[in-house]
Amino acid sequence: MSEEIKKIATRESYGNALAMYGEEYPNLVVLDADLANATKTNVFQKKFPDRHIDCGIAEADMTGIAAGLATCGKIPFISSFAMFAAGRNFEVVRNSIGYPHLNVKIGATHAGITVGEDGASHQALEDIALMRTIPGMTVVCPSDDIETKAAVKAALELDGPFYMRTSRAASPVFNDKPDYKFELGKGITLKDGKDITIIATGVEVSYAMEAAKMLLNDGVDARVINIHTIKPIDEDIIVKAAKETKKIFTVEEAFVTGGLGSAVTEVVAEKNPAEVHRLGMQDVFGESGSWSALLEKYELDAKGIYNQIKKLL
Amino acid sequence: MDKKELLKTAVKVRKGIVTAVHGAKAGHPGGSLSAADIFTYLYFEEMNVDPKNPKDPDRDRFVLSKGHTAPGLYSALANRGFFPVEDLPTLRHLGSYLQGHPDMKHIPGVDMSSGSLGQGLSAACGMALAGKLDKKNYRVYCLCGDGEIQEGQIWEAAMFAGARKLDNLCVIVDNNNLQIDGPVSEVCNPYPIDKKFEAFNFHVINVADGNDMDQLKSAFEEAKTVKDKPVCIVAKTLKGKGVSFMENQVGWHGKAPNDEEYATAMSDLEKLEAAL
Repeated sequence: MSEEIKKIATRESYGNALAMYGEEYPNLVVLDADLANATKTNVFQKKFPDRHIDCGIAEADMTGIAAGLATCGKIPFISSFAMFAAGRNFEVVRNSIGYPHLNVKIGATHAGITVGEDGASHQALEDIALMRTIPGMTVVCPSDDIETKAAVKAALELDGPFYMRTSRAASPVFNDKPDYKFELGKGITLKDGKDITIIATGVEVSYAMEAAKMLLNDGVDARVINIHTIKPIDEDIIVKAAKETKKIFTVEEAFVTGGLGSAVTEVVAEKNPAEVHRLGMQDVFGESGSWSALLEKYELDAKGIYNQIKKLL
Repeated sequence: MDKKELLKTAVKVRKGIVTAVHGAKAGHPGGSLSAADIFTYLYFEEMNVDPKNPKDPDRDRFVLSKGHTAPGLYSALANRGFFPVEDLPTLRHLGSYLQGHPDMKHIPGVDMSSGSLGQGLSAACGMALAGKLDKKNYRVYCLCGDGEIQEGQIWEAAMFAGARKLDNLCVIVDNNNLQIDGPVSEVCNPYPIDKKFEAFNFHVINVADGNDMDQLKSAFEEAKTVKDKPVCIVAKTLKGKGVSFMENQVGWHGKAPNDEEYATAMSDLEKLEAAL
């Protein structure tokens, strides 16, 4: 990626998208748990102060309040760090939102290892795993600014619970193409390739693209697929990759157990057995450090992905 | 509805509870019976609800935060005409819409799914907040257990309700003094309940006998006059009220009567009805 490419953290895009759609969706309300400045919902708050509710440091209560608001026709977005929105909140989300299938959107920011300096206590690596076990829950992890805004719009249009994980790390904007189309449950082939397939989600997608370029220099033609919707997952695009390329590599900045790696492996194992390698956080907690240093250490930046794949080829 | 009719209805609601739990061969009669008069007062006197239009956006809402006492709610709803009373014995049966805990997706008149303790009050706050945002006049009622308030989320919600001055919210604590492991004061003492809610900026109304219709009426009427504060009615009740062998017995928190016990329970309730 060249340096001129615009970079924006998907959490910023999330806050901007809420403000952008506030007019069009008068029932949209945004709830925070004392993190409006960090989750970037303060942009919405400034524009629509009456429709922004700060619940204080009480994520479980915020979640239940959103459930109650949804029963009365509101479209609540609850915002917090993924650690609290999905982790601390799991059972409230399951029972007060998932079980009654209420129209609540969970805007989980600061997901994954790229939380950075705050360290392991705040790095939610298990949120994808937790959220995708809830029946009827849509799980989305957008890769850049354009995709985050499209995902927010899709969430507003969908009647049902929706979990969206965004990141603190600045992501290059690469989906600003005229033919870009966001469709829930549909993966996007960013680069075709015949040798192997790299399936990535969220901030890892741009690194996967870079790694594919490095692999091509070595004569390895890698297909790159962006899976923005982890649930319901695009089975067709995965099965096709399993049939047409020799190996599949999944990449995420989350636990591979239960995360994208598991989701892809489940499809491959059941529909078209093939070799899958899951790159991501293995069975360890994260640690403090800048997000870029952490991605380097855990081999989840472009070079790290390239190195890991080279070893496994 | 006059007092005599309310009292008769409360007996019907109790019969429905015992019949449902007997039919289910499981469930929670004790806390359903302690709150039977509260359910009756709410659904037959207090709340603006219409069995023919259970999703009316302007209706009053009820959240059973102590969701395990679903038999009490179901019996009140059935007797009020939301679904047939004859369906009550299908409670907890495979294929029945009467799930073990309130299920808003399948049971007419249920405004919120509940059962995991501590969560209902937050949802009730959300409903009350929606009413404020939309400038609607409906009221929201939420029944909590005195054991249930040991859950921390209750106090998150109480803090929110007080801070937001949700005067369209009325919380009722069914203070029957017993939870599964014993008296609430011995398990993990929640007293003083009234002072706790006062400290969270609620207007608190203590009801000395929450199984007495006159006292309930006076409390709910006072609640409606309160401005700028949510209300908490702390109603002292008798667990298992109306069924002789269940009264104040912790063992009847979550146990179904066998056929013989069912006959005794129904006979107790017949006698109550005859005395009215």
